[in-house]
Amino acid sequence: MDLNTVVDIAASTIRVSTPLLFAALAGLYSERSGIFDISLEGKMLIAAFASAALAATSGSAVLGLLAGILAAVVFSLIHGLASITYRGNQIVSGVAINFVAAGLTMILGQAWFSQGGRTPTLFGASRFAPIHLPFADAVRDVPVLGPIYSGVISGQSILVYLAFLTVPFTWWVLFRTRFGLRLRAVGENPAAVDTAGISVTWLRYRAVIICGVLTGFAGTYLSVAQAAGFTRDMTAGRGYIALAALIFANWKPVPVMFACLLFGFLDAASFRMQSVELPLIGPIPGQAIQALPYVLTVILLAGFVGRATPPKAGGVPYVKER
Amino acid sequence: MSRPYAKLPPIIDYGVIPLINLVVAFLVAGLVVLAVGESPIRAAELMLNGAFGYAEGVGFTLYYATSFVFTGLAVAVAFHGGLFNIGGEGQAYVGGLGVTAIALGLGGILPWWLNLPLAVCLSAAFGALWALIPAYLQAKRGSHIVITTIMFNFIAAALMVYLLNDWLKVPGTNALETPTFAEGGQLPKLRGLFELFGANLGGAPLNVSAFVALLACLGVWLLIWRTRLGYEIRTLGHSPRAARYAGMSELRLVVVTMLISGGLAGLMALNPVMGDQYRLFNDFPQGAGFVGIAVALMGRGHPAGIIPAAILFGMLYQGGAELAFDMPAISRDMIVIIQGLVILFAGALENMFRPAIGMAWARFRLRETGPSAARTGGV
Repeated sequence: MDLNTVVDIAASTIRVSTPLLFAALAGLYSERSGIFDISLEGKMLIAAFASAALAATSGSAVLGLLAGILAAVVFSLIHGLASITYRGNQIVSGVAINFVAAGLTMILGQAWFSQGGRTPTLFGASRFAPIHLPFADAVRDVPVLGPIYSGVISGQSILVYLAFLTVPFTWWVLFRTRFGLRLRAVGENPAAVDTAGISVTWLRYRAVIICGVLTGFAGTYLSVAQAAGFTRDMTAGRGYIALAALIFANWKPVPVMFACLLFGFLDAASFRMQSVELPLIGPIPGQAIQALPYVLTVILLAGFVGRATPPKAGGVPYVKER
Repeated sequence: MSRPYAKLPPIIDYGVIPLINLVVAFLVAGLVVLAVGESPIRAAELMLNGAFGYAEGVGFTLYYATSFVFTGLAVAVAFHGGLFNIGGEGQAYVGGLGVTAIALGLGGILPWWLNLPLAVCLSAAFGALWALIPAYLQAKRGSHIVITTIMFNFIAAALMVYLLNDWLKVPGTNALETPTFAEGGQLPKLRGLFELFGANLGGAPLNVSAFVALLACLGVWLLIWRTRLGYEIRTLGHSPRAARYAGMSELRLVVVTMLISGGLAGLMALNPVMGDQYRLFNDFPQGAGFVGIAVALMGRGHPAGIIPAAILFGMLYQGGAELAFDMPAISRDMIVIIQGLVILFAGALENMFRPAIGMAWARFRLRETGPSAARTGGV
């Protein structure tokens, strides 16, 4: 395997990891506040659709991004309404949102654009184009570091950089601000937060809204930066993979990044691994590699590799008085 | 607002509230139809007509409903035990292997009526097997069953594509499907039965597995409400601590409940594989496992509710297909929205109208009993 292949795989790992990272961090805020969210998938999907639709009609990628965020936040609020205000089952609500998003994107996509659920192809200013960092071309010929800088670090879309910057930012918010402390507390022991005179409801709503904003970024990245337009069911289970990464990383921001990179790498490498022959076993079926993130998650959840400890009050609606 | 919800009489709890939730779900779906520029009323008319307007449509509606009864029961049994089985899709998919093993292996040797019970056993066994690992991991290692069953859906999809592509497909072809089963592996259609009543089912694939579905309903009712195991499952669902205190083994109950749930989901494979296409094909459950969630929630976990709920979704499926001819803007995907809205309003938001309905009920009660109470109180 030569350097070019490594650079290629690394670059595509970064690209594939970005939506996972946004979505997993989105889930991090929500779940740390005690709201389980399996609707990351649906929110990403509706955001991908809304952003591509507006980017196509307005010709502006930024407007698209705003539409994506708005759509995802609306869906987040529905989830919040069901699980915070009306104390419904958070899993059921998440499942519902995934279905509504899947159906809505298909129906509206067909009705508005009549291209079998696709949005028109985006080009020019209606997409987030790759950004070429300074000196990328100049250092290309420097051995090892040159290709890595120009091929992996440079030439990504602005959303990619944003995603990776969100990781330290999230760490700072969660572990170094008052809001973060309260957010973590409300996911562990809402009664204590309530006793301190802080509104459990408002805290959780804020967490859910942040979750919506970040899934908005995730979806927009898929359709307006990585691809040039929305296609049917384009998230293809990425929301669940992000959820898996979140659990894998034990609900901590920096490990979340590594988990997303790992799952992204598996995805990026799966295409190349199909022809690799293992001794004794023979060629690895492509499906085995596709299934690997899911299998890994199951093994991890089972506590064979480290132990997943979810926020204590996760999934339990808070009742003020009994 | 944050008071626990008041207890309401059963007629309101099981009748009025679910009905209102359902109506709201359909009203919102109507808004979506309006948003794409079509008339919801005409859409509903076309849909009803497509699903029930002629015998063949009814046949298709009941054919889809058969699949949804199986998956709905699967989700419902798990719900009674306080478990959320989202893995019905994967369990049904893997259950297809059991059906195929019998139909492909014995289809040329035994008649269908001997193969059917064998296929029932084996498809249930395969579906149960696919639920076993998530169940065991939940009970023994505390991993969340919702996440593991979702993961197992994806693993099932990868596994089945691998098996179909590398082992089961007809050599030299590209289609991901097994060879067609011999005659003994084909369940008879119910065409003849309906002709006795003068109805022509035409090409509708309604088949004998519909009766298996009805038997499964009876079985689930007996199990949950008339056996010791069912009592234990419900205890576990209401209060795991009470179950533990009463000396019930949580590990055993979780595993057994999920095995039954997975087995019921696995039975779903009978309908499309052995009853309609006569071969195992790529992605045959086509979301039926997920429809089961909506069906179980709408049917409130009771077979008597699950059957009408499954027929309703069968109607949406068949009527939706017909609708797409007349209103190209509305495809069968509309059912996915409705499914989501039903899960949302009948499941997650079931408490939304409860306070208002509770208050209306209290006022109604007060007016009924108020004057007499005042009279006796005045003495």
